[in-house]
Amino acid sequence: MTNANHLPLGVMTRMAWRNLWRNHRRTLIMLLAIAVGVWAMIFMTALMRGMVDQMIEDGIDSLPGFVQIHHPAYRDDPSVENSLPQPGPALLEALQSSEVTGWTSRVRVPAMISSERDSRGVTLLGVDPVGEVALGFDPESVIEGRFLQSPDDKGLVIGRKLLDRLETDLGKRVVVMSQDPENNIADRGFRIVGVYNAKLAALEEVYIYTGRSTVQTLLKIDGQVSEIAITGHDYRDVDKLYRLVQNAADENADVRSWTELDTYLGLMLGVMDGFVLVWIIVIFLALSFGLVNTLMMAVFERVREFGLMQALGMKPAAIRLQVLLESLMLLLLGLLAGNLLAVASILPIQDGIDLSAVAQGMEMMGVSSILYPALKLKDIILANVVVIFLGIITSLLPAWRASQYSPVEAIAKT
Amino acid sequence: MILTFRLAWRNLWRHKRRTWLTATAMIFSNVLLVFMISLQFGSYDMMINNTLQSFSGHFQIQKNGYNDNPKLRLSIESIQPLATEMRRSMPQTRVAARAAAFALASSEQRSFGIQVIGVQPEFEAGVSTIPGLVKQGSFLEDPNAAEIVIGAVMARNLKVGIGDEITLLGSGRDGSFAAGVLTVTGIYESGSQEMDRSFAEIPLGYFQEMFAMGDHGNSIAVAADNLDEVAPELITAKQAISGHNGLLVLDWTELHPGLKQAIQADLSSAWFMYGVLIILVAFSVLNTQLMSVLERTHEFGVITALGIKPRKLVSLVMLETLLMSLIGLIIGVFLGWLVAYYFNVVGFSYPGMEEVAARFNLSDKMYPSVTVFSMMLGPLVVFLFCLLASIYPATRLYRLQPVDAMRAV
Repeated sequence: MTNANHLPLGVMTRMAWRNLWRNHRRTLIMLLAIAVGVWAMIFMTALMRGMVDQMIEDGIDSLPGFVQIHHPAYRDDPSVENSLPQPGPALLEALQSSEVTGWTSRVRVPAMISSERDSRGVTLLGVDPVGEVALGFDPESVIEGRFLQSPDDKGLVIGRKLLDRLETDLGKRVVVMSQDPENNIADRGFRIVGVYNAKLAALEEVYIYTGRSTVQTLLKIDGQVSEIAITGHDYRDVDKLYRLVQNAADENADVRSWTELDTYLGLMLGVMDGFVLVWIIVIFLALSFGLVNTLMMAVFERVREFGLMQALGMKPAAIRLQVLLESLMLLLLGLLAGNLLAVASILPIQDGIDLSAVAQGMEMMGVSSILYPALKLKDIILANVVVIFLGIITSLLPAWRASQYSPVEAIAKT
Repeated sequence: MILTFRLAWRNLWRHKRRTWLTATAMIFSNVLLVFMISLQFGSYDMMINNTLQSFSGHFQIQKNGYNDNPKLRLSIESIQPLATEMRRSMPQTRVAARAAAFALASSEQRSFGIQVIGVQPEFEAGVSTIPGLVKQGSFLEDPNAAEIVIGAVMARNLKVGIGDEITLLGSGRDGSFAAGVLTVTGIYESGSQEMDRSFAEIPLGYFQEMFAMGDHGNSIAVAADNLDEVAPELITAKQAISGHNGLLVLDWTELHPGLKQAIQADLSSAWFMYGVLIILVAFSVLNTQLMSVLERTHEFGVITALGIKPRKLVSLVMLETLLMSLIGLIIGVFLGWLVAYYFNVVGFSYPGMEEVAARFNLSDKMYPSVTVFSMMLGPLVVFLFCLLASIYPATRLYRLQPVDAMRAV
């Protein structure tokens, strides 16, 4: 009798597999439901992840950097008065570390730009072009003319939209007005040498670029900068870089990571993880009713059979295992189909989906108009684990029911 | 008919647990849909209203082209009389004329580029919340005085307080040099850093003089009591400006294209999610009804052999689905309404929402909109899809062969 009490797993599996296909329509419908559910979990998550990742990356590029150092009063009052010296030896050494992939120091002051036709309030950036590019300024985004060539460059690079607003053109002269630390108006004429296109159109109206030394001379702040920006390997893991900079920087300086500099962006990272989990669980719950129902039906129509098996000496535990195996197979097949479907639907749109029809709306959320889905192994694993784990738990009820029939009653049932 | 109905109802409860499980799937998704949709509609309303009330009004009269390219010289002549005329023809609304320019604002210590708006002091409060948000000093009163109301961040950056003077430098409508010295009479706090940093209001009369505008202005803002009342007023406004060349009426979707698109983008991603949920429920119904038809093959065989038309059986099965879906609909809408109503009273928020909310002009709590439409939209779609799902199992009955069917166990 040993073989009846302890059926080898191979036999159990085979029985479960055959039982699964006794009612192939029901199984197929359930499989389809699981596959659609899993597909939706992964597909939607990849789209949302892609959107948020890009939003954060673009946001960090325009900050720029993962970590920034400012004068303690600068964030509240971004004026030239609150500037700080170029990095000292201790900080310079820290910036050589392998954690740092790039850094730059820039002057950033409010200014007024005037053409012959119009004037606008803008933010004047005095930059080192090499550092600026290392921190995310894409030289390809300069669509007319050229980007700056050195910190001493006396040309001005402005956004496409600002150029239109000012009704001026490449090669023309504009006047930029700001003030020096003594509160004197500092102004000078600049020739527009380049025009750039920003991913977020609103930024084109805000930032104008020229050489760092040019601005320092204009504002009479030799050797002083407004901010030092540092970038590293992975923005999700910014703590190490932050501590490195914090320890090396002047103790009075205000060192902040991007999550603090732009709290909205910092928050999105957390909100996104929450959203993914809620979405996966909601979809699973919608699936679970169908799953329980299918298994329950499979159990009910086999009551006699279960009774017979028990009468022949099969233990209730073996019956439970049998039902669970059936459920596990259903789940695994559904997952396989769902995962394949998800990958197959994401691959063709890997190069981005054009959402320019709602570009201004996306911009309100801080997103540019091309959406690149981000298929993350982490999310795929999460979806699969949730479905298997909760799926088995949901199947415990039908499995337990199946093992509760007394053999005599069950066989008597028609 | 009564008989079919009773038959269907009894059939439904032959498998109590199965019926309830399927109905619960519907209830689950209905509650979720009712809550999510009413929350969405509630937040859209709030987003639109807060955005429009804060400054732009429900619609505006502008010179053709001004909206895309706000230049001082794209102006409306005799703007105050036109505003007065509109005020007369649309007594239900509030109308205010404005002009806008960029200028360099300098205090003793600081200078910043800012946006200067010329407003009609006695009418501005009707179309914008800024006059009501003045926390220090008071809003403008005299339509021609050299006075200015600025945001709290601007006051801090310029290091000025009530009674201090600010110099404005800019260029006038004719390209001439425009300058003025104004006294700060009020400081407002709108809660938006961006606005508080860069937005100042001065009397329209003074603006026209300083920027060499003559009797011109740039826009007339019109505010209604709520969004639903805007449509008829738009028509009146179009008539009011018909005699003036090159003027346009722009409604909120044109004034804030980003807002409308953000709502569209949010709606489409939300409907994708709802769609998946609804399809999963429909699969559940499909499976249940298919089983319930298959297990009754023998029974149906006997009935058809007795002369009942398959069409009757189809309507029986459809009626069963209809009843089950109705149970899901009624209980789902009721529970969903409870949840939505609860949050409509106490407000809904989640950790970190304030930050996101501020970006879309929402307050830190959201209030689901409890209307028949927002309650019924989702559940009715679920209902429809469940009925559609039962078509396949039901139509199988047309192919039923009585003799074979009776042989089935």
